[in-house]
Amino acid sequence: MEYIIEMINIRKEFPGIVANDNITLQVKPGEIHALLGENGAGKSTLMSVLFGLYQPEAGTIKVRGKEVKITNPNIANDLGIGMVHQHFKLVHNFTVTENIILGMERVKNGKLDIDSAAKRIEELSKRYKLTVNPHAKIEDISVGMQQRVEILKMLYRDAEILIFDEPTAVLTPQEIEELMHIMKNMAAEGKTIIIITHKLKEIKAVADRCTVIRKGKSIATVDVKETSEEKMAELMVGRQVSFKVDKKPANPGKEVLRIENLNVKDNRGIKAVKDVNLAVRSGEILGVAGVDGNGQTELIEAITGLRNIESGKIFINDIEISNLPVRKRSEAGLGHIPEDRHKHGLVLDFSLEDNMILETYYKEPFSSKGILNREKIRSYAEDLIKQFDVRSGQGATTLTRSMSGGNQQKAIIAREVDRSPEVLVVAQPTRGLDVGAIEYIHKRIVQERDKGKTILLFSLELDEVLNLSDRIAVMYEGEIVGIVNASETNENELGLMMAGGGRDSHE
Amino acid sequence: MNKKKIIIPLLAVLLGFITGAIVMILTGHNPIEAYSALLKGAGLFGDVKRFGDTLLNMTTLILTGLSVAFAFRTGLFNIGAAGQMLMGGFVAVLIGVKFNLPPFIHVTIATITAVLAGAAWGYIPGLLKAKFRIHEVVSTIMMNYIAMWSVYYLVPKYIPGSFSTESKAINTSASLRTEWLTNLFKGSYVNLGLFLALIAVLLIWWILEKTTFGYELKAVGFNLHASQYAGMKVNRNMILSMMISGALAGLAGATYYIGYANNIKIGVLPSQGYDGIAVALLGLNSPFGVALTALLFGFMNAGRLFMQSSTSVPNELVPIIIAIIIFFAATSLMLETWLKKSEKFFKKSEGGK
Ligand SMILES: Nc1ncnc2c1ncn2[C@@H]1O[C@H](COP(=O)(O)OP(=O)(O)O)[C@@H](O)[C@H]1O
Ligand SMILES: [Mg+2]
Repeated sequence: MEYIIEMINIRKEFPGIVANDNITLQVKPGEIHALLGENGAGKSTLMSVLFGLYQPEAGTIKVRGKEVKITNPNIANDLGIGMVHQHFKLVHNFTVTENIILGMERVKNGKLDIDSAAKRIEELSKRYKLTVNPHAKIEDISVGMQQRVEILKMLYRDAEILIFDEPTAVLTPQEIEELMHIMKNMAAEGKTIIIITHKLKEIKAVADRCTVIRKGKSIATVDVKETSEEKMAELMVGRQVSFKVDKKPANPGKEVLRIENLNVKDNRGIKAVKDVNLAVRSGEILGVAGVDGNGQTELIEAITGLRNIESGKIFINDIEISNLPVRKRSEAGLGHIPEDRHKHGLVLDFSLEDNMILETYYKEPFSSKGILNREKIRSYAEDLIKQFDVRSGQGATTLTRSMSGGNQQKAIIAREVDRSPEVLVVAQPTRGLDVGAIEYIHKRIVQERDKGKTILLFSLELDEVLNLSDRIAVMYEGEIVGIVNASETNENELGLMMAGGGRDSHE
Repeated sequence: MNKKKIIIPLLAVLLGFITGAIVMILTGHNPIEAYSALLKGAGLFGDVKRFGDTLLNMTTLILTGLSVAFAFRTGLFNIGAAGQMLMGGFVAVLIGVKFNLPPFIHVTIATITAVLAGAAWGYIPGLLKAKFRIHEVVSTIMMNYIAMWSVYYLVPKYIPGSFSTESKAINTSASLRTEWLTNLFKGSYVNLGLFLALIAVLLIWWILEKTTFGYELKAVGFNLHASQYAGMKVNRNMILSMMISGALAGLAGATYYIGYANNIKIGVLPSQGYDGIAVALLGLNSPFGVALTALLFGFMNAGRLFMQSSTSVPNELVPIIIAIIIFFAATSLMLETWLKKSEKFFKKSEGGK
């Protein structure tokens, strides 16, 4: 048996879009096979077809050499196929064990047989080095742990072919490292793994072969060892991509955003931002680096008006905005690309055009005297869609929820950048996006800088901070522990400061 | 709204009537006779008085349906239409009994205060949700009982009627009935509330689809955090949504208690308040859908007694059919799957030819 999975000439359409257009994917037993493609290329769709969630319009699927019809996930389960979705499917107030056995509970003496299940889970987690506490509740464990529960769920069902849909998007760097180990372990134990990702580094680290998909078509299947990252990026995007941000030296002007002795508490009432002082000038990008959870979120929310401050002051052009409501800040020249695009950035049940006017709907020309001007809204949205290359099934009227993450993010960027606010707070602008989209978004941010705007960038990706910023502030335990010029530092120095190590040398 | 969505409620109605027919056949009745009696009883074969009663039934259901649908579209689940309607009705009757004013002015004041009372009854759960994030399902149900028992206490104390279980009748100057409508419909109690209800349909549609106010309310309903991010006044909007929803139910109270009835009974919550949930559901929470559904339920309610007397089919069959329709509408996912399967089936058999 050369291939354990063969998907041949798969076609899957959605209204207005061909998500999979004659895609062929062949996976060898025991390998780690990467599926690489831009956002919206059709990777999740293809895997949903394999897992029985969607029925293809055309094409055949063979599992272990035999042609099969996978009309629902139960059949996939029976064939030994398991899938970890991009968004986990766990019951939050159930325990780890309860979640894993859900749907195949065994009953002993009229009672759920939790104990033997828990024992089996423990065995599995030892064997594959997937440490979890079988009795912990899902809501009490970290995202990385939750992912392990999803993996155990597959193993518990004796899955041999494991599909991971962008498993690293939600993980911290350490968790990513651990996951890579786990995957290699599983492959060594004979499992076949398909991993969707657009992070080239990860593919290099774990995958044996890689199939590239672009705009619904399969482009190539390559041997990972023999293919450079640049080559894979080019296959994926269809043109050469530069990993370096192309930018001239900054030409900073006057101080525009100023933060003085700012203190902010988090949701539990614990001080999360401690005596922060920052000043950002026009025409420069100040990056804030730091390990997740060191007060960045609270700082962003305090600046943008989503969270009350304890003490301190925030100014834009000497106008104090510390206690202004969100709308007043926006009118004072503040823009915000939020870190959580689903929570803050978009109303997912609105159409794309309605999201484009989320902060400006009450102004001319989108409305006058409280009446919306639908024509103007439509043409404005269509203009932005074209300018920023936001792809979707039905243009301006597409339900935002049905769009891919990258295009949702592009829509937010389009909205915020087009308003051209004097100060732009940018948080995790490229989280979960592919290199093509990243390149584009970086270019637009630098363009804003060159127009003389003031940009405060928050990112957990060190590469991004290093590439985009002119100066870099490092945040550790709620404090700014140092500010350095981007051209005079490197990953090592920043890494040290982010871990709290740089502090002494700076004090 | 896309076409597929509209098929579901239509299919639900069809299935409801088919199931009703099956029940009748099983119990030895003739469904064709029964259904034509139902239609006849509702005045759809030209009896003007009966058709007036259909419109009368529809009037109240439009308003309670709109109340629930509007709340739903703005992210709130208003179970309290019954209480809001009752309070609106009570205030209208109170004014109708206690004052003696020129006709047009009297009924206008009574109606407006009914709307305000409904809004006030909606304000409380709205405020509780905005300030303390108390879920409106719980608080509106509670408010229903508070309304019921308040009326129980207030009616005998301030406007006692000749029976201890009901209020005094209102002065005719406060009634929504008018001579020309009554004459036009040969004595039916259909009243000016009908026009108010139709205007409300247009107004609510306009607010939701055309105004920045409606845009904001929907945004807050769909995603509170994004609305906050966009600088909207989230709490204010939540309260306003509940108040508008309550106002509509209050108006329903006016059309019922100073339109159809002319007094108020104590110890009961008006069932139209709860029916509004079904109307909104089957009407897909759209104002026009609500109006059509209210017409359907209106004629079924108007015709059922005639059906019973002329065919011996018990009139309780009508609520059963309505319940079945609602059941199918509520399980729209199941219907959708059926639709998809039958589509595939037909496509295949076509391809085979
Ligand atoms: N359920 C759906 N309904 C409509 N369009 C969809 C649906 N799922 C995906 N799409 C569209 O199909 C395309 C491929 O999506 P997807 O497979 O999620 O991409 P990827 O996982 O590669 O980012 C996108 O344009 C997306 O908007
Ligand atoms: Mg995807």
